Order: sequence, then C-alpha cells, then structure tokens
Amino acid sequence: MSDWLLALLATLLFVALAPLFAAWVKRVKCWLQNRRAPSLLQPYRDLRRLFAKQVVMAQSASPLFVITPYVIAGATLLAAMVVPFIAVNLPTAAIADVIVLAGFFALARFFLALAGMDVGTAFGGMGSSREMTIAALAEPAMLTAVFTLAMVASSTNLSTVIEHILGQGLVLRPSLLFVLLALVLVGIAETGRIPVDNPATHLELTMIHEAMILEYSGRHLALIEWAAQLKLLIYAVLIVNIFFPWGIATHISATALGVSIAAVCFKLMVLGMLLAVGETVLAKMRLFRVPTFLVLALTLALIGLLSHIILEVG
Amino acid sequence: MLAQLPLDEQAILTLAALVMFTSFALLAQSRVVPMIHVFAWQGLLVAITTGLVAFASGKHDLYISALLTLLLKALFIPWLLHRLVTRLGIDRDEHGAEHPATVLLIGALLVIFCYYVAEPIRELSASITRNTIAISMAVVLLGLLMLVSRGKAVAQVVGFMSLENGLFFAAVAATHGMPMVVELGIAFDVLVAAVIFGVFFFHIRDSIDSLDVDQLNRLTEKDQ
Amino acid sequence: MNALYLTLLLPLSASILLAMFGNRRGAAAFNVLASLAGFVASAWLAWTVLQRGPLGGGTGQFYIDSFNVYLIALTALVGATTSLFSGPYMAQEQANGRIGPGRLRLYHASYQGFLFTMQLALTTNNLGVLWVALEGATLATVLLVSLYRTPEAVEAAWKYFIVCGVGIALALFGTVLLYFAAAQVIPDAENALLWSVLAEHAAGLRPVVMAIAFVFLLVGYGTKVGLVPMHTWLPDAHSEGPTPMSAVLSGLLLNVALYALVRVKILTDGALAGSSVHDPHLAGYLMMGFGLVSFSVAGLFLHRQRDIKRLYSYSSIEHMGLMTFAFGLGGPLATFGGLLHMTVHSLTKSAIFVAVGHASHIARTQAIDSIRGLIETQPAVGWGLLIGTAAIAGFPPFGVFTSEFLLLSATMQSYPWLTLPLLAGLAIAFAGLFRHLQPMVYGDQPDGQQAVAANMWPVALHLVLVLWLGLSIPAFLATWFDQAAVLITGSGLL
Repeated sequence: MSDWLLALLATLLFVALAPLFAAWVKRVKCWLQNRRAPSLLQPYRDLRRLFAKQVVMAQSASPLFVITPYVIAGATLLAAMVVPFIAVNLPTAAIADVIVLAGFFALARFFLALAGMDVGTAFGGMGSSREMTIAALAEPAMLTAVFTLAMVASSTNLSTVIEHILGQGLVLRPSLLFVLLALVLVGIAETGRIPVDNPATHLELTMIHEAMILEYSGRHLALIEWAAQLKLLIYAVLIVNIFFPWGIATHISATALGVSIAAVCFKLMVLGMLLAVGETVLAKMRLFRVPTFLVLALTLALIGLLSHIILEVG
Repeated sequence: MLAQLPLDEQAILTLAALVMFTSFALLAQSRVVPMIHVFAWQGLLVAITTGLVAFASGKHDLYISALLTLLLKALFIPWLLHRLVTRLGIDRDEHGAEHPATVLLIGALLVIFCYYVAEPIRELSASITRNTIAISMAVVLLGLLMLVSRGKAVAQVVGFMSLENGLFFAAVAATHGMPMVVELGIAFDVLVAAVIFGVFFFHIRDSIDSLDVDQLNRLTEKDQ
Repeated sequence: MNALYLTLLLPLSASILLAMFGNRRGAAAFNVLASLAGFVASAWLAWTVLQRGPLGGGTGQFYIDSFNVYLIALTALVGATTSLFSGPYMAQEQANGRIGPGRLRLYHASYQGFLFTMQLALTTNNLGVLWVALEGATLATVLLVSLYRTPEAVEAAWKYFIVCGVGIALALFGTVLLYFAAAQVIPDAENALLWSVLAEHAAGLRPVVMAIAFVFLLVGYGTKVGLVPMHTWLPDAHSEGPTPMSAVLSGLLLNVALYALVRVKILTDGALAGSSVHDPHLAGYLMMGFGLVSFSVAGLFLHRQRDIKRLYSYSSIEHMGLMTFAFGLGGPLATFGGLLHMTVHSLTKSAIFVAVGHASHIARTQAIDSIRGLIETQPAVGWGLLIGTAAIAGFPPFGVFTSEFLLLSATMQSYPWLTLPLLAGLAIAFAGLFRHLQPMVYGDQPDGQQAVAANMWPVALHLVLVLWLGLSIPAFLATWFDQAAVLITGSGLL
C-alpha cells in the first residue's frame, strides 16, 4: 500500500517540479545573456493566472478542440507516472515500458496536431504539419536508440534498464555514449527547444509548437503549457536516470529516498544548465535543415546499435 | 561481456566507436575547413587507440607507430591541407555530397556488410582487439564511400587519407601492427602521396580553373 | 649479393643525382649511362643466379629465384633501350615547346626512381616492401603523366592517382589479412611477411582468411595490372604521358603487378589446397574470370579508338588479361606460356611505343585519322610499326604466337569450350589493330610530311629478341621458365 502511495507522491512531485525546471533553464539563459531573470516561481504565477481566466473559443471550434487539452494533460501525466523518478521498484514500474512511453507522447501529439487544424487558421495548420514532419523523422531515431538500450539491458522496461546499468558500475560503453547523444538530439526536437524551435518566439511564421496552441486561452492554455513543461522534464529525467543512474533509490527507505531526491535534483540542475548553454550558443535552424539534424540523430543511434552488436557482444 | 573487461580495453572499444563516428562525420561534413579538422581528430583518435593497444598488449613497437600516426595524420597532413586550401582560396567553399542523408544510410549498410565479412576473421583472432577488426574495415569502406560520393578534389583527398587511416587501424586491430620496416615504408608513401596531391591541386586549378573534378571528363570512350 | 645491391643502388643514386642536376645538358646522356649500367648489373645478377642457383631467401630480405631473375634483367633491358629512345625524343619535345628544362629534371629523376621501385618490387622477399615499392612506382610516375599540363593530361594523372591509389590501398588491406593469417602459423612475427617463409608454411595458413585476403589482393594488384573493370586509368595514363613513359608503363609496371599477383596466388593455392569449405581452385577461377573479361572487353574497345597510344594501351590490357587467364588456368603448359608471354609482350609493346613516338612526331599528332603514309615518309618507322603490330597481334614466328599457342593448347586440354572465346577475342583484336594500322602505314602521305631524326635500334633489337624467342628459346631461359612453372603449379613442362 505504501508503495502505491509513494508512486502517487513521486508523480505529484514530478508534476510540481515541471514549471520549476523550465524556470531554472530560463534563469540560466538570462544569466548567460546578462539579463535579469524572472523569479523561479513565475511559471506558477502564470499558470494560476491562466486558470483564473475565462476560456474564449472560436465559433468554428469542434468538441475535439475542447477535449484536447485534457487528453494532452492526461497522457503526459500518465507518462510522468511511468518514468522512474526517485525510485526504481515502484508498482508503476510494471507498465514502465519505453514503447508505452512513446505511445503516450504520440497520443498527445496526435490530438495537439488535430486541434491546431481544428479552427481552420493558417498558422494552426502550418504548426501541425511542421510538428508531424519533425515527429515522423524523430521516431526512427528514438526507436533505434530504444532498441539499443533494450539490447544492452535485455528488456524494454525502464526500471529494469536502470537497474541493469546501475548494477554494472562504471563501464565505458560506446553504444550508450552514442544513444545518449541521439536521445539528446531527439529530445531537443520533440520538446521544441533551440536549435529546432524557439519556445520564446513571438514570430508566428517561425513557430512550430506555439503555432498549434495560438487559439487556446484560459485553463485550456494552462493545461497545455503545463503539459509541455512536464514533457521537457520527462525527457530530462529519462536522460539523467538512464545514463547516469547513480543515486536513485533501489529500496524504499527514508535515507535512500532523501539521497535520491537530492541526486536527481542535482543532476537536473546540471542538465538544465547544459541545455541553457546549448540554447545560447546555437542558433535556431531553418526548417529545411531540421531533417538533416534528425538524420544525424538517426545516424548516431544507428552507430550506437552497430557498436553494440560489433564491439560489445562476444 | 563488456563489464568484465579491464578499463583500458573498454576504452579501446569506445575509441574505436568514436573513430567510426568521425568517419560518418566526414561523410556528413560539407565545409572544407571543418572537414580537415574532423580528419585531424580521426588521426588523433587512431593514434590514441594505438597507444592504448600498445599499453594493453605489451607491444612497445606500437608506441612508435602511434607517434608516427600522430605526427603524420593528426598534425602534418591536416596542416598541409589547410595551407593548400588557404592558398587556393577555397576555404569557404562547400564541398559536400549530393544527398547527404542517402550517403549516411549507405554508410550504415556498409558497416553491417563489414561486420559480416569480418565475422570469420574475428572468430579466429584471440587478441583483445578482435572486435575492432570490423570497425577498421568499416572505416576503410566509409573512406571509399566519401571518395566516391564527392565531386571536389579536396574532399576526395580527405576521403583517401581517411581510407589510409582505416588501413593503419586495421593493421593495429588485426595483428597489433606490422613489421617496423613495412610501417615506415607505408608512412613514407602516405607522406609523399600527400605532397604530390598538394602539387596536383594547383595543376588541376590551373588547367580547368576550379577544383571540381567532375569537370575532368574529356577523356571518354563516348563519341564526341 | 654485390650484383643485387648494384642493381638496386644504381637507379636510386642516379635518381637522386638527376633530381639535382637533371636540367643540365648532359642529363639525357647520364640517364642512358645509368640505365645501361643498371642493365649490366642485372645481367651480372642473372649470371650469378644461373651459376649458383637462387639467391637469398630463408629469412633474408631479398630473394632471387627463377621466377624473378629474368624479369629483373628484362626490366633493366627495357629501361636501357627506352632511355636510348627517350634522349632525342624529349629533346624534340622540348624543341616543339611542349615542356621546359625544369620539367626535364623531374622527368629524368622520376624515370630512374621508377626503375628503382620496379627492381625493388622484383627482388624483395618481404610482401610489405613489395607493396611499398608498387605504391612508390605509382607515386614516381603520376607527375610524369601530367607532364604536359594540358587539361587531358591533368585528368589522366588524377584518374591514375586516385584509381591506382585506392586499388593499392585495398591490396594493403589484403596484405594485412595475409599477415594476420601468417602470424598465427609462423612463430617469429618479424618473418611472417617474408615470401619464402610463407611459401614453406602455406599449407598451414587458414583458408577462410586467405580467401578473403586473396580477393582484396586480386582487386588491389589487379587494378595495377589493368584488369577490367579496374582498368579505367590505363588508357588515359598511357596515352597522355610522354611516349617513353608509356613504353615503360606498358612494358614493365603491368608485368611487376602481375608478378606480385602470381606470388600471392602461389600462397593462396597452398593454403586452400586442403580446404573442404572453399574450392581449392578459387584463386585460379577468379583470375581466369577477370582475365577473360579483360581480354574480351579490351579487344572490343580496340575498334573504337581514335588515338594511337590509346589503341596500344587497350592492346596492353588485352594481353595482360590473357596472361592473367593463363596463370589462373594453371598447369605447366599454360604457366610456361604465361611466363613467356610476360617477356615477349614487354619487349614488343615497348618497341611499338618507340615506333609510335616517332610516328606521332612525323605526323605532329596522336590522332589516328591524321597519321598517314608512314612507310612512304620514313620507311624505318613504318616498317617498325607494322612488324611490331604484327608481332603483338600474334603472327608466327614471333614469340607472342608461341605463347598464345601454348595457352590455347592448355585451354583445349582443360576447358575446351573456352578456346572459342579466346580465338574469337584474338581475331577481334587482330581486326581492331590492323583496321587502324593499315591506313596509318600505307595511306597517302599528306603534303609536307617529313622524316624525323629517329633511332630505331631499340625497336630492331626488341623485335629481333622476340623473333628469337619465338623460334628457339635459349636453354637457360627455358630452364628458368620451367623451374618457375614448378614453383607456381607444382609440375614442370620439360
């Protein structure tokens, strides 16, 4: 019983930390660009403001438009429940399959794309088509990376993978090195960060994710924004916990959980800083160059897979 | 399994995978100066791997080979190419392949092919680098792919030199180096080849006013 | 051993000296002198081997046995006679304004450097040094192919460099695999690349590795032999370079590359002999296949040629294909024929190129359509070209007829159905050569065409030697061929 409670608390912590992570990345970016950063609690204030506002919808909006924010939030919440955050052997780990995770993200993306086209604006359709292009090209890279991980750990269950890598100690694996790079590139593409998409842009013609949600307001917009921040945190947690799993709790005890929370927060801080540095140093790519970026991710994942088969087996 | 190997052997495998990655990076790179830099990195990685193999296997001759590779492939030839490119004035040019994504995927297929060809050799070898024989063959074929997919002289020469890198790596991986006299002879040949290539760039540029070797096509069997 | 060191050091030192002083007036004469001295040294070496049997071997770095001794003398002979032709020819080219004195220095130094790499490749016992020498031969000649700096010459030289460079790199990979197989059987790793040691342990080499290694070595060295489809550099390089270069490239480099290939084939045959997984005759079948394809394709291409040097380059490809087929066929008869063919082809082709050089000076062009009436203008050149072409096409009683006859007899014994493509190819090649030759030699001479100063002694000497070899092979040469056949196929003819 306490395991289920712990799983629920972990999910709540996950959801609560998502805006904080986004704020941390923004803060580091402002430091690097010599600007004064907003407070770390600003995203929470933004969400509270949006929840209090009235929803304004277009006349041509269909029921799909109304249910999409809830579907997106629900799918991303389920994904958050599935990813091992502070402990590995929780009951939710039974459905912690990487392919299930990919499925949840695909569901959310599907509904978002449809909602973008729902009202019939030009920008919405443009955002949806761009989003689906990027998703289609990022899928093979992500799946190849996932297959490599599965071959290394002999399972697609996230919990098992993390335990396997944790149990081996410090091992230099070329396959995991390349899969890490591939997943970082895929993560950047899927969460819409620079160099694929600028989350802070106000120019509609350069938007991808923002263009699809231009018509949303009020609590709908709040849910979608929160889901986007949660997706970023999920990718970040996946990267730090799979490739650098040291510190995560393997058994349920107060000290282990305390150490785990501290370790995860520290790792996320470092990853946030690296993300901010990357966003500052790189420029946003023009849209026709994004396929090359994703082919690079696919190549890295393929090299990881081939390195595993050629170098690590036998 | 990988986890039971000592740390230096794990490092050798990781460096071998990185050398293969630089081969792919060369295939994808279209600007001339970064291409030369990636080639220099490849030479450096091969030299470090050779040094590690020398350390792990106890063959001290390999240290000399590693030093030779470092001086020749990571320092001298990139410097020479860089100087030529600046003198020819093409350092800002694009020397890329026609369809980079297709070329990268063909590269992946070549690596799989090399794995199958090298299987019987891997089974016969008892050395610590047996798994890297397929990687070295892949570097050779990826260098060949770069040569074939580019139409500009400098890119073809970098592909050729990368092929030679793969050959050296194959000698280290399969047999822990070759007799010293042969290694010295090969290094000398590569050096002379690089110098002659340099002279050649000027000849080509003087005769057809560009370095696009696709335009070198007057000698054919077609009826003109 | 002194003869051996002299044979190697003479061209090397001449090359270094000519690199420093090759643009002075006496450079061509010095080139001739050095080449003649090299020939005398190689003749002395051949004499020593005739008296005392094989030199070196065991764990030594050099090995002269019956397979390479006559090739060494042949290389030096062709080098010497071509240098005799080269002196006045290059002087005429300089007078015509096609090159300057600085390039002459490069030319002479590379000429001797090339001879050195050829002799090194022939005399070495170490397969790695063999590779280094063949790559060195490519490097020594690549700048010569582009000597005239026309766009066509630069294109030919670039193609030569890249195609041969890549081919030779694949051969290096094959050598690495060979070393890998050898290191498992031969205890001392330093000796594992020595041919004589490898030949002793050939039966112990792993068949699966040797098969892969042979494929790489066949493709690699086969590029330098000019086997189709790796031949694309050959017509360009042989036609765009200066004619003395074409003579030595066609006559010598192709031979040495084939020699390297046959040395490796001996090892592969020994390794695959007892194998149950691989066909023991794999090496032979591959060589037969490549040889037959090269022979047929080159014979067909002969008909399309418009440049006189390209015409004879395709003839070189055709004959190298024939020789590769002969060595692939195996058996004492075909091997004897192949060895004889290597010798007579080298002599005849270099003589032809000398005559072609003079013909192109007379007509001031290399285009076949513009060369006419050679026999009226300068009978020596016309007759030289006519007799040379007749010799290379396989007319009796020249040596080429003898070797082709031996090959056909051997084919009829082992694969009777293959004699048809061989005969057809020979007929097609004959037709191709003579349809172009006849108007060149017997056509109406254009107005104002004059004879040039031509030294036809090299041509006469070579053709007389080929005639002699066709009528009666000297006893020592026949013994060497036979011993080499025993080495290559395990049984002799005599």
